[in-house]
Amino acid sequence: MAKREYSYYPGCSSQKGASSSNLMKSVDTMCEELDIQLNEIPDWNCCSASIGYASGSELPRLTLSARNIALSEEHNKNQEIVATCAACWLATKEAAERLKEDESMFAEANQALAEAGLKLQNTTPIKHMAEVIVEDIGIDSIKEGVKKPLEGIKIAGYVGCQTNRPFGIAGESFENPMYLDNLIEAVGADAIPTYEKKVQCCGGALAFSEPEKSQEMIKGIIEAAYDNEADMIATPCPLCQANVEIYQDQINEKYNTKFNIPVVYYSQLIAVAYGRSASDAALDGQLIAAKQLEDVAKK
Amino acid sequence: MSELNKAMIEQYRNSFLSEVEANVEEGEWVKMCMQCGVCSGSCPLGKHWAHPPQEIFMMIRAGKREEVLTSDSMWMCTSCYNCIVRCPRQLPITHIMHGLATYAKKLGLTPKNQPTAKFAEIFWNNMMKKGRVNELKLGLSLYFKDGFGPGIKEALRNKDLGMKMMKAKRMAAGEFFGGHGVKDVSGLQKMIKKAQELEDARMKKFDEPEASQDG
Ligand code: SF4
Ligand code: SF4
Ligand code: SF4
Ligand code: SF4
Repeated sequence: MAKREYSYYPGCSSQKGASSSNLMKSVDTMCEELDIQLNEIPDWNCCSASIGYASGSELPRLTLSARNIALSEEHNKNQEIVATCAACWLATKEAAERLKEDESMFAEANQALAEAGLKLQNTTPIKHMAEVIVEDIGIDSIKEGVKKPLEGIKIAGYVGCQTNRPFGIAGESFENPMYLDNLIEAVGADAIPTYEKKVQCCGGALAFSEPEKSQEMIKGIIEAAYDNEADMIATPCPLCQANVEIYQDQINEKYNTKFNIPVVYYSQLIAVAYGRSASDAALDGQLIAAKQLEDVAKK
Repeated sequence: MSELNKAMIEQYRNSFLSEVEANVEEGEWVKMCMQCGVCSGSCPLGKHWAHPPQEIFMMIRAGKREEVLTSDSMWMCTSCYNCIVRCPRQLPITHIMHGLATYAKKLGLTPKNQPTAKFAEIFWNNMMKKGRVNELKLGLSLYFKDGFGPGIKEALRNKDLGMKMMKAKRMAAGEFFGGHGVKDVSGLQKMIKKAQELEDARMKKFDEPEASQDG
């Protein structure tokens, strides 16, 4: 495989010591295996996700993302931007599109950027890592590199909302995307293509501000995984991962359930299937241990 | 009542729709809604919306300014984008909901103690300090958003979770004292200040009586 290079936007939640640092670590490992070089955007800033809107209105918000794109265009010339966080990807791509459609907004964003000595060209494509896997590399090629198939592990592919909407992966349906199931099959595990909660929202940022309302939805996501006899849930989204994994105790307390299902990243599946260690796959970053993956990694 | 709110009422006396078109993000789309109701059936927190999106659009056209802007409804939006991919008229519904929430907040009309409004503010302020989100501080200020007493209770409830996250190296205590940030904080802050000024100037334009208006 020829080496691929991208300009990398890790996002706040994927920094060292942050809530999704296990995503960052497993993505690094996955990229080593797939011969992908990620060049971090120097001095990137937070995009304000899908929650900053109420305090930072339209132009300030767009300008935040514009700064990242401008930095990338200056320092990582001619490289497509890749994000691993759905919200980062969405915010950045949305900003790029809005500023393409609206010339006066584009001019004003550049006026603001000038205060930080930057200039936006806005010609850079903005991709999600899932697009790199599915479109640039291809699931068939992923399958070829598998050394330790994840045999006998049944995995509910939870795509969530923002990896899937409004942009999603080209050619996939918004209501019933298949790429995650295909990827799960490619690494030798058993997918559940009819997992009915695969694109159900978990509450997103409202898991913090409206915990009861969100946990009711999270409960449904987990329940359906159990009903489908899944051993674990896999997702591409750091907020999905956190929301579905970390509140299981609180949900058990409230609803008298006995949830204890691991929630892992697609990148961790690939890392383990490619023969890497549990620590390279960041399995030590799980709150609910993914024992079956640890066992494969030990083999 | 906030000065800005007074000015806007004065300005758009009988057309809330024009006010929304001028001042709310993607507001110019509202008139395109054909009231099919698909969006309203798409909101994950649907049962908690006093007025689902379709109804909000109808109310805007009916001039129900006060009821819309003081509503809790748009604060129930989880940004799931179900509506956007389903709307037959391709309205950017998510953004209009965000825009209405932002506008209501600007005018001081948000319901008291709206938790998502508070969270958004804490998040934004946390981020603006250093250009990146400090999750530990964000978490702590969240627990204390309702005051000290309930805050302690909430923090204790989540103590076990916090310990587990530390163990999994997903919550670094060091973040509290320093933690992540961008190098060019002052450039970033200047940039946002400028963006804010430019945006406020847009809104002010509508403050001044236009020649084309009757009366
Ligand atoms: S989406 Fe979240 S993690 Fe990503 S940059 Fe924005 S705030 Fe940070
Ligand atoms: S499922 Fe939850 S975290 Fe994932 S994208 Fe949707 S709202 Fe965001
Ligand atoms: S789905 Fe679109 S057209 Fe239908 S009610 Fe909602 S906004 Fe209006
Ligand atoms: S994005 Fe907001 S308005 Fe649209 S369906 Fe989801 S919750 Fe409802």
